[in-house]
Amino acid sequence: MINEILLMNGYGLYVWSAFAFTLLCFTSLYVVIKIQYTKEKNKFIAKFGTLNSEKASFAKSQGTIKEILSNTSNI
Amino acid sequence: MYKFFEPNKIFSITSRAPKYVLILFVIVLTIGLIESLILSPEDYKQGHSVRIMYVHVPAAWTTLGIFSTITLLSIFGYIFKLKNFFLISKSLAPSGFIFNLIALVTGSLWGKPTWGTWWAWDARITSMLILALFYLIYLLAWRIYENKEQVYKITSIITIFGIINVPIIKYSVDWWNTLHQPASINILSKSSIHSSMLFPLIIMTAAFALFSLLIFLMKYNTELIKIKNKGLDRL
Repeated sequence: MINEILLMNGYGLYVWSAFAFTLLCFTSLYVVIKIQYTKEKNKFIAKFGTLNSEKASFAKSQGTIKEILSNTSNI
Repeated sequence: MYKFFEPNKIFSITSRAPKYVLILFVIVLTIGLIESLILSPEDYKQGHSVRIMYVHVPAAWTTLGIFSTITLLSIFGYIFKLKNFFLISKSLAPSGFIFNLIALVTGSLWGKPTWGTWWAWDARITSMLILALFYLIYLLAWRIYENKEQVYKITSIITIFGIINVPIIKYSVDWWNTLHQPASINILSKSSIHSSMLFPLIIMTAAFALFSLLIFLMKYNTELIKIKNKGLDRL
């Protein structure tokens, strides 16, 4: 049963390569986008930390900025 | 109505959605992989190599769908001056390009056991390669041009030229003699594919669509934070 699934009557190499390539592409793209997202978010938090209280409260009044700061959960 | 497309409104949804989409994607992909690699039957002519169809076809469908969406958004964005439409288009492009690459590579892996060759310059394969080049030019344009107005204009022109290629890809198997078989699945008429193969194909297409949604949401959030970073610099 396992041999049949792995070898697939000689087509196993082609089939498994196709699926492996697809999953590799998925993982690579996900990791790249995730790194970009984390980098930008960290940059944002660092920049926000340097603002004085007046500028920080002004920035916080903007909807998206409030969302970025409140949404600390990772994807 | 346009206010609905404002980044502030959208971000409240897009910042929360990815984790749920990721969970759903993993579940659907697991079912799809079990169906396509184990449960679905082998083809009477192609044997087990037909299983490559379950990654090749959804990848091709998704990449075509994404490019068409990018073109529509770019055109509407340019006409109605909706900058957010360009941001959505830009966020869709990476997954579109990756699906195009998957379609080409898995097609090549399918071609060797069925046609006896890794590559042939037939109409369908060549037009898919051209689409990949359009994706590449589109993504490069966003990296090269700094001026926003310029990049909106250039990316719109790229997509308008690129969309001409989409019906060519679709009908290439009818217009020319190619190694590809004609379409087995028709929305308007009866499909020639058996339900035991159609079901895994639909599941895998759903998984691919969910993955492109996931990447889109993450990329879109990244782009919005980038904009806000620039905003903080100006404070």
